[in-house]
Formats: sequence, structure tokens, C-alpha cells
Amino acid sequence: MSGFLKSSIGRKVAMALSAFFLMFFLIIHLAVNITSIFSEDLFNKLSHFMGTNPLVQFALQPVLIFGVVFHFVMGFVLELRNRKAIGVSYAKNNGAANSSWMSRNMIYSGLVILAFLVLHFIDFWIPEINVKYIQGDMSGLVEETQDFRYYEELQHKFLSPLRVGAYVISFVLLALHLLHGFTSAFQSMGATAGRKKAMQTFGKIYAIAIPLGFIIVAVWHHFNHH
Amino acid sequence: MNLTLKIWRQKGPEDKGKLVDYKVNDISEHMSFLEMMDVLNEQLIEQGDEPVAFDHDCREGICGMCSMYINGEAHGPDRGVTTCQLHMRMFNDGDTIYIEPFRAAAFPVIKDLVVDRTAFERIQQAGGYISVNTSGNTQDANAIPISKHAADEAMDAATCIGCGACVATCKNSSAMLFVGAKVSQYALLPQGQVEAADRVRNMVAQMDLEGFGNCTNTGACEIECPKGISLENIARMNREFLSASFIDS
Repeated sequence: MSGFLKSSIGRKVAMALSAFFLMFFLIIHLAVNITSIFSEDLFNKLSHFMGTNPLVQFALQPVLIFGVVFHFVMGFVLELRNRKAIGVSYAKNNGAANSSWMSRNMIYSGLVILAFLVLHFIDFWIPEINVKYIQGDMSGLVEETQDFRYYEELQHKFLSPLRVGAYVISFVLLALHLLHGFTSAFQSMGATAGRKKAMQTFGKIYAIAIPLGFIIVAVWHHFNHH
Repeated sequence: MNLTLKIWRQKGPEDKGKLVDYKVNDISEHMSFLEMMDVLNEQLIEQGDEPVAFDHDCREGICGMCSMYINGEAHGPDRGVTTCQLHMRMFNDGDTIYIEPFRAAAFPVIKDLVVDRTAFERIQQAGGYISVNTSGNTQDANAIPISKHAADEAMDAATCIGCGACVATCKNSSAMLFVGAKVSQYALLPQGQVEAADRVRNMVAQMDLEGFGNCTNTGACEIECPKGISLENIARMNREFLSASFIDS
């Protein structure tokens, strides 16, 4: 196993494993978000559980942050190495003749997702960390009331059409990233050709359904503020 | 047909190189692309100019020598062919055609359109073989049962002619389709099993050492490969490498 991550295939596998983890996380995240459309109470309870459960906060959250950072850092490392491997560029290159736009522009869709994550952390994660671990308020309640604050905060964030617009654009880029990334991760892990068709179909459904779900949540709260 | 050619001219490995415009007239649509290049070179020699250097050998589509990146694609716009089998009927009268060498840091330009592809030879030498003692007592190949399916897949992988179109067309200059094919042709057969772990480890290590990029599964190589080598060979190499990584060397 020595030097596994130094080899080209080892890096591909590491990239794919972190991608699997992040794709699984997206399902969980969307599942929680979707509840906000039909049950304020359920969304609040789930958010409070996720925000205060020690296992989620101190075991899963660090793993998730590591997964995100690893996927981005490895993505940049591979991109830089690949650019070095090219040497001189072609005067005329017809990439569209043999590959999809998504597959050729993973670094750019990835950069948009990274920019989105910065905005998303400023919007939700940093205020959460501030309230819970700096101010020390683990109650999850709106000040001087018995009501949970999560649903209200969510609705407040999606008041701004600019923010909703930025989220929608980011999720479209996430869909494009996943349209190539899902099957690419399986290919990197050496998935067999026998299941390729089913895997590609499932990948397309996943790549469109998950970002679309996030878009629906953001847009729904923008137009259904109360 | 009359054509304008924009050809990469480079005197030697150290020369900067540039695209130079040429005109060729009365080109028959039945000519192969290399025959059209021959016409240009005859024209250049008559004018006292230096002919364009390009690789070619069998001109039957099986040697893998002819290269050229034509109008933004390895071996030009046709599918499943090398440049010698690309015919001028794929182009139209009045077209401007870009002709560049295969580009990759691991394929340095020697002169004009000729590149050094010996990196492929060194990858092959690192493990693309089976150690068989040919003492005269070699047993009959048919003595070992092999399924038709495995034999066909191994043969498909073995049709790789090592032309380098996969590297040239890859946005990352990755050689994984080539190495995947060379690993697969043995991995699928019982004779290849004995050295399987060493083979994939050594060939991948040499591939990395040569400075080829990393596969991002765009699939461009499979489309541009003149022999239709499948991406499945890369997946198989990944599996072979993964399992070899968990075996003590």
C-alpha cells in the first residue's frame, strides 16, 4: 500500500471515494431540507438533532469537512499535474467531437461549487458555530421564546432574490458536475461494463434530481414566506 | 479539390516552432491524407524548400506510426482510422486544414509532425509481457482452456497499435487507455496471472514516471482510438491496480 496516493490510479480512487461520500451526504442534506416544505415542525426537530447530536457534530461533521477539503485539494492537485502533462496546447482542438462539455470542465463547475460553499458557510454554518459554540446557546430556540429558530432562519435567508439566484446557478453547476462525476467515480473504482448502462441511467437521475431538489427548496421558501 | 494547410513546422526539439500556411491544388478525393502530404512535399522539394517531416510506415492502418492532429482531432475527423486510412473525401474544396503534431509533454516533438513516442516502449518494457521459457518444450497454447469471451476480450485489447492517439486527444495527456489495453490483454488470460500484480504496478509506475497525465474519464480516447479500444480496459486496469496494491510485492 506504500505510495498508493502518489500513484495516478491511487489518486483517482481517492478522488472517487471522497466523491461517493459527498454524494451520500447530499442525499442526507436534501432529505432534511425537503421536510421544510411540508412540515416546519419536522424540519426544526431534524435540524436541532443534526445541530446538537454529539455523534453528528463531533464525529460526522469533521469527517465531512475533511471530505470536502480533500476532494477540492485533490481536484486542484490533479488539474495542475494534468496541465503540466499537456505541455504545448493545440492551435486547434475540437474537444466537442469526442467528449461532453461536463467532462472537460469539471474544474470550472467545481470552482463554482467551491465559491457556493463559501457563501453557504457564511450563510448557515458560521452563524451556527457562533451561536452554539461561541455564545454557548445550545437550546436551538429563538431568544425568549419556546420556538425553534431553524425554520425561521431558513426562510429569512431565502428572502433575497440575489441569494436564491446564486443558489440556483450553483445547483445547476452542481448538476453538470454530477452528470460526469457520478459515472466517472464508478469508472475510477473499476466498475464493470456489465452494469454500466444501469449505472449511467441512475447517475443521470441522481445528477438532476438532487440539485433540482435543492433548487425547489430555495425557490419554495422565497415565494412562500410567512 | 484545392486546400489551404496550416502545418506545424519545427526544425528540431529545441526550436520554438510555428504554424505555416501552404496551398495544395488538384487533390483527388480518393487520396489518403498521407498521399496529400506527399503531394505537398513533392511541391516543396521542387521549390527547393524543406519537406514536412511526418511519421509513416505500413500505410495499411496497422502499424500505428502515422500520427498528426488534424483539424483538432487525432488522425482527423474520421472514426476508427489512422491518418493513412483517412481519405480526402472527408474534406471539402476550399477547406483550411490544421495539421499539428500529437501534443503531450511525454511526446516531445523531434521535427515538424514527428514526435518521440518511446515512452510507450518503456512502459511496455516495465511489464507488458509474460515471461515464457521458449526452450523448445513450450506446451501447446490450446492445452490451457480459455473461454471464448475472455479470448475475444483479450484479443480486442491486444489490437492496440500503440499509436498514441489516446494521449494526443486526452485533455490530460493521459496514457491510461494504452496502458489499460496492455494490462488487460494479459489480465484476461491464465498465462498473464502469474505476473499480474507486478505487471500493473510496474507499468503504472513507469506511466507516471514518463509524465503522462491522470485519466478523468472524459472518454475522448475511446472515440478517437483507431482500433476502438474500450474504456472498460481502463476500469480493468484500475481493478488490477487496486487488488495489486493490497498484495505484498
